[in-house]
Amino acid sequence: MSKLFSAENREALTGPLNLNNPVTVQVLGICSALAVTSQLAPAIVMGLSVTVITAFANVIISLLRNTIPNRIRIIVQLVVVAALVTIVSQLLKAFVYDVSVQLSVYVGLIITNCILMGRLEAFAMQSAPWPSFLDGIGNGLGYAWVLVAVGFVRELFGFGTLLGFQIVPQALYDMGYMNNGMMVMPAMSLIIVGCVIWAHRSLNKEA
Amino acid sequence: MAKKFKCNICGQTFEADSMPDKCPICMADASNIEEVVEAGAQSAPAKKGIDTNSNVYTILYAAVMVVVVAFLLAFVSSSLKEIQDANVLRDTKNQILTSLNIEGLSGEAVDAKYSEVIVDTLDCNGNKYYQASVEGATKYVFPVKGRGLWGGLWGYISLDEDKLHAYGAYFGHESETAGLGARINERGFQQQFQGKSVMNAEGNIALTVVKAGAVQNEDLEVDGVTGATLTSNGVANMVTDGLNVYRDVIMAAPAAGMAVEAEVAAEPADSVNNGETN
Repeated sequence: MSKLFSAENREALTGPLNLNNPVTVQVLGICSALAVTSQLAPAIVMGLSVTVITAFANVIISLLRNTIPNRIRIIVQLVVVAALVTIVSQLLKAFVYDVSVQLSVYVGLIITNCILMGRLEAFAMQSAPWPSFLDGIGNGLGYAWVLVAVGFVRELFGFGTLLGFQIVPQALYDMGYMNNGMMVMPAMSLIIVGCVIWAHRSLNKEA
Repeated sequence: MAKKFKCNICGQTFEADSMPDKCPICMADASNIEEVVEAGAQSAPAKKGIDTNSNVYTILYAAVMVVVVAFLLAFVSSSLKEIQDANVLRDTKNQILTSLNIEGLSGEAVDAKYSEVIVDTLDCNGNKYYQASVEGATKYVFPVKGRGLWGGLWGYISLDEDKLHAYGAYFGHESETAGLGARINERGFQQQFQGKSVMNAEGNIALTVVKAGAVQNEDLEVDGVTGATLTSNGVANMVTDGLNVYRDVIMAAPAAGMAVEAEVAAEPADSVNNGETN
């Protein structure tokens, strides 16, 4: 156990959650952060999907890393990710159809996610499978918490709900409170991501 | 970690933590210095005598990869196709039932309820629609198709027996934006259609979707999805144009009364039977 969770492996898992966060520090994966954060539920689903796919794509690339020709490595990475996502979505479609309908929108967004490609290229190509797996989980969760934070703010102020449940009481609307339509627009999520990055960096000055 | 660098002027290699400004041996400019890639992971196969950077290896690797992945995808796709098709068929039935406000079914209950509720498949100028019997009342379900922002849209709109008012609606989409356009798939949006009129005073099909909060004619217009104007427009066109395809059936009913309507319903039923015998 101690070897599985050595200091280096712990760093691979927990680093991306805070000091090496893919969104707030490396500013990757912004495109999908804009697309799916207008409500909380899609943000959570997208965060978890990216976590799972990054972890397993990392493991596969890490296993293949010594055989991959240097000049076509990006293509190989892309093929691995695309094949993995396609197979998973096919399996879901056959065995848990309802889930696959929910997730079908995300398939394209997952394949083109910069975090995935970034981790494959920067970490899995040089590391053993187990640290790569931890790195994938860490980066996926680091991405997920930012998405959830943005989704939380946007759904609360844009729709007055959280996960579809009404949070802002009707009495407040009667007093003249209005949902902020700007929150629903993609532009607002860029501003909120900017605020998250600002807050995160001023809390971690040395990073 | 110390990295190895090679100076192209004097040909010497040396170690440093990062790219130096000058070659420490001949003081040449940094642009002449190259990092020497550590002989770690990548050269492991080279020890076995395979050069992973050679053209032959690269081409072979790509070819094998393509074949393996193609085989894998084909295998997965063909072995799962039957189960997937069954799921899609059942889902279609469920969508038709949802448009009739029958919700919350899953598994075999869907098939059972569908064969109980849908009594006939009718035809209008080559377009299929369904006759349903919900708790003794006759309803008609009209499939419609359209274009959203990113991909196709489809839907089922059920009308009352007199075909003057909508009874319910269901909308699906291929790839609308999650949280925005994708909300047309939510029941809250679809339930707005219940009880709306199909035709305006001039007798044209006018049921449509307008910008959220801009409803002027409560009887004919439905609130769109906030922040998803293009998807909402797509739904509006799909509903209006889609129902227009069935105008012969929908128009015929109220103008000529119940007697003619029964005839209209009977005729297409015959043609369906003919189709089957042929």
